[in-house]
Amino acid sequence: MQIYLPIAEVAVNAFTLIGLGGIVGLMSGMFGVGGGFLITPLLFFIGIPPAIAVATGANQVVASSVSGVLGHVKRRSVDFRMGTILLIGGLVGSAFGVLLFNLLRRVGQVDLVVQISYVVMLGIVGSMMLAESLRALRRTRSGKRSVRRHHGWIHALPFKMKFRTSGLYLSVIPPLAVGMVVGILSAMMGVGGGFIMVPAMIYLLGMPTKVVIGTSLFQITFVTAFTTLMHAVSYNTVDVMLAVLLIVGGVTGAQIGANLGARLRAEQLRILLALVVLAVCLKLAMDLVLRPDNLYSLTPGII
Amino acid sequence: MSDASPSRMTRLAFLLLAAGLVCGPGWAQVETRGNGTEASPVVEDVPPIMSFPSPQADRGMPGAPAPEAPEQVVAGMSSDAVSITTNFDGSEILLFGAVKRQAPVPSGSLLQVIATVEGPSRSVTIRRKSRRFGIWVNTESVVVGAAPSFYAVATTAPLRLILDADEDAIYRISIPTAMRAFARPVNVDDPVDFTEAMIAMRIAEGAYRLDDGAVKLVDDTLFRANIRLPANLVEGTYKTRIFLLRQGRVIDSYSAPLEVRKVGLERWLYHLAFAQPLLYGLMSLLIAALAGWGASAAFRAFQRD
Repeated sequence: MQIYLPIAEVAVNAFTLIGLGGIVGLMSGMFGVGGGFLITPLLFFIGIPPAIAVATGANQVVASSVSGVLGHVKRRSVDFRMGTILLIGGLVGSAFGVLLFNLLRRVGQVDLVVQISYVVMLGIVGSMMLAESLRALRRTRSGKRSVRRHHGWIHALPFKMKFRTSGLYLSVIPPLAVGMVVGILSAMMGVGGGFIMVPAMIYLLGMPTKVVIGTSLFQITFVTAFTTLMHAVSYNTVDVMLAVLLIVGGVTGAQIGANLGARLRAEQLRILLALVVLAVCLKLAMDLVLRPDNLYSLTPGII
Repeated sequence: MSDASPSRMTRLAFLLLAAGLVCGPGWAQVETRGNGTEASPVVEDVPPIMSFPSPQADRGMPGAPAPEAPEQVVAGMSSDAVSITTNFDGSEILLFGAVKRQAPVPSGSLLQVIATVEGPSRSVTIRRKSRRFGIWVNTESVVVGAAPSFYAVATTAPLRLILDADEDAIYRISIPTAMRAFARPVNVDDPVDFTEAMIAMRIAEGAYRLDDGAVKLVDDTLFRANIRLPANLVEGTYKTRIFLLRQGRVIDSYSAPLEVRKVGLERWLYHLAFAQPLLYGLMSLLIAALAGWGASAAFRAFQRD
């Protein structure tokens, strides 16, 4: 069934979009990632103009994270205090990110910078996670309790605060910084940033995996809502028809994903996410190195 | 021409054509706005039957036909408007007409017909990648000031055989000539490679099309051309043109606008997005939040049972 999208001005198959939303929603519920790093490239691939894909992808992420975060609130696995600190950093970062994005667009290298930063970040995060969770899995198999690492320098920072849900007594500076990095990524790549935030919360802040996913979804909901609104107001690039189709698939997938996630063990979950992250990284790296099929590309407008 | 007094023969031709049109393949798929032409196959109801002077005539082009040209084109379209609805999946427009002449058919040369449909023009930046430090990077770019978003050419015979290059340059008929000037000084060695790459890409995605032989000409008098409009149409005023040619020269032409408009929900959303962006953004967020909450609540209810 073909549907004409009013803002994107293209006609696409409605079921393709619902399916795409479903896959991304499944990941969202399972891993606490918004799925933006998957939905945005997939939308490019089916012919949605990049600017609209980025803005509408953010809107779809809002829906799947709301759906996911409600499930986590019920299970009391959201650290609201930590989420709020991350969110403050995120909003500041996203404002910076928009400035940077416009600067790069004028130079014509935004695709390249986005792609390279994807490859670098996904590569580092993916391999770190894979190594760590494999080690943890081996440790639990051999019967020993895993000992959480403590980063000395992080605990030496001032402005400490109690995060009861996470069981942490920590300075607010690291969460603010993590939130800010994620905000910049959100504005530049049209992603929620969960794939960076989840590992950072686990390994840098030392939060328990159970709380990490709900808290990450909480922050993503608000940062992507802010991004969507900014895109809608300043560039008119949110296609609500496209968003609704993605959302229909997405919210359903997110619920199924959240239930699957609750059944799987934390280490297994992390290995799965690490593999997905590495696969996306590899694909993007290949695109950079291999000779493209078409050396030319078209961008509407004079840039 | 504009006093609309077609000869007896042409009127007869139209009656035949109009009758044929109703059952023609293109008719059912075109959504008409306004006077309900599908209802009665009467000549008076067929929408814009008129013939304009060639679009270049007022510029005093040498090729502009005199008012007493021995052969003149009288043409119309199956519809003067295309409505983009939610389930819009492309459309088909039928350009049809007849050749009006006071003298017998000239026997010295073959009559040829070209029909074009052109979408609103937009500027485009064409970028080329090259290898730098082992990765592929956008290095050079060319900016085309205005390239049509859609362009289809249908002819009675291969275009390069029936149209002289200098006539093409005047009337801008073939696909490469439909593009307007480079928007800023070109600083690459081979700008033609860039525009050729762009045309190839647009042809591949169906936005540009050259259909040699798609115009059917009967008895050197009646002609018709079905032009398929793709699903990815951009809103705006399209331009349809018909050219009569003999020996590579344009002897008469016709031009009429074709309105492509979003309707209903499509139109409402589009206007809200541009007129009230904040409201539109908030609405999008509200839909997203409600959908997320709804799914969460639905699944909880489902699990309780």
